[in-house]
Order: sequence, then structure tokens, then C-alpha cells
Amino acid sequence: MNSLHTLPWWAAILVALLLVLGGLIALIGALGLLRLPHFYQRMHGPAITITLGAGCILIASMLYFSVTGSRLAVHELLISVFVLMTAPVVAMLIMRAGVYREMREQSQDLVDNPIGESDQQVQEHATPGNSTKPSPSSTAEDALPASRRLS
Amino acid sequence: MSTSTLLDIATGFTLGCVVLAMGLCTLRLIKGPAAQDRVLALDTLWMCTMLLALVLGIRHGTPIYFEAALLIALLGFVSTVALAKFLMRGEVIE
Repeated sequence: MNSLHTLPWWAAILVALLLVLGGLIALIGALGLLRLPHFYQRMHGPAITITLGAGCILIASMLYFSVTGSRLAVHELLISVFVLMTAPVVAMLIMRAGVYREMREQSQDLVDNPIGESDQQVQEHATPGNSTKPSPSSTAEDALPASRRLS
Repeated sequence: MSTSTLLDIATGFTLGCVVLAMGLCTLRLIKGPAAQDRVLALDTLWMCTMLLALVLGIRHGTPIYFEAALLIALLGFVSTVALAKFLMRGEVIE
């Protein structure tokens, strides 16, 4: 803690500002993860935390250790480069997993109902006089080879 | 008010924010309707843990927490990739 006394005012104010900003942005990202209604919208909440929140706190840490150590401390750049490189990969993998699982659920409905109607669609089309085959069956059949193509 | 008091207040506020964010992520992890929501919440939890380690490093003035943050970032990436692959195919390595 004794290295704190060598910290000048401008650096302390800047570090405090960046820290508060980073913490608030991380909180906003987590709030978006909790509150947004759909999975594909929820993907965007953690992106704020990873880019802006982590960026602010990493810059604050770099500034703090550069000023107190009286030499340039750039090893935080390692974390920021790593995080910025891996964040799109992780987002794309989770998104692909979500899309693939939804497709597999659709084709599972097709296996359970050979007519190609899920329960909701059965109730919708159960009106008398509507005996024609509904169009959603063709979309569900199209989804099966598409999911094979993904793998 | 000295600079150490200012930094104590700022790091305390940031620690509170990050811990609250971790709580919100845990709520999503518990109630997430699908498995991919839970994996996403777990990934955000890893990121928040890394931020927590960095802020603790500034608060205590030691660069030791930096290695912990780097390790947490690495492990978070690997575990999230493994979980996403498992959700997609049903097996991790094929």
C-alpha cells in the first residue's frame, strides 16, 4: 500500500474515473443478460461487458501500474488482446450451438409427428374444413438437411 | 482526502458493481430457459471474475493479481468453447 503515496492526483482521478466507468458498464451488460427477452438478444449484453467494461478496467490497471512503478507496464495488453480475440469466437460458437439446437428440436418434432405438425399447429389447424396439409411441414423438412449441412 | 482514499472509494464502488453483475449472471444461470443461455451466463461470469481480479490488484497495489486474471481469461475461453462444442455436437473432441 505504500506505493499509493507516490501516485499523483491526475493519475488517481483518471484511474478512479475509468474504474467507475468499467464497473458501471459491466453492471449494464449483466443487466442486459438478465432482462432481455430472447436468446439472440441476450447475446449482446455480455459483449458490452467484454469490450468496453474490460477495456476500461484494463486501461485503468495499465495506467496505475505504469505510474506507481515509474515504468511502462503494458502486460495488461496481453489480456486485452486475448479477450478481444476470443470474444467473437466464443459468441459465434454459442450462437451456432443455439441455432443448431433449435433446428434439432424442430426435426425432433418432425420425428414425433410424422405429419409434420407440432402440437401448436395441430390446434391451429384443427378447424373443420381445413383438411389440407399445412405449409409448416415443408419448412420443418427443409430444416433437417440444413442441420446436417452444419455438421 | 488523499489519493489513496479516492482510489479506495473507486475500487470499492467498482467491486460492488462487478459483484452485483456476477449476481445477475448467476440468476440467469439458474433460471435460463435453454442450455445455451446457461453457457452464455457462465461465460459472462468468467469475464466478471477476471474483472474482479484486476480491480482487486489495483486495490491492493500488487501486480500478482494480473497472473490470476490472465489464467482466469484463458480457462474461461477454453471451458466455454468446450461447453459450446458439447451443446452443438454432443461430444467435445471428435
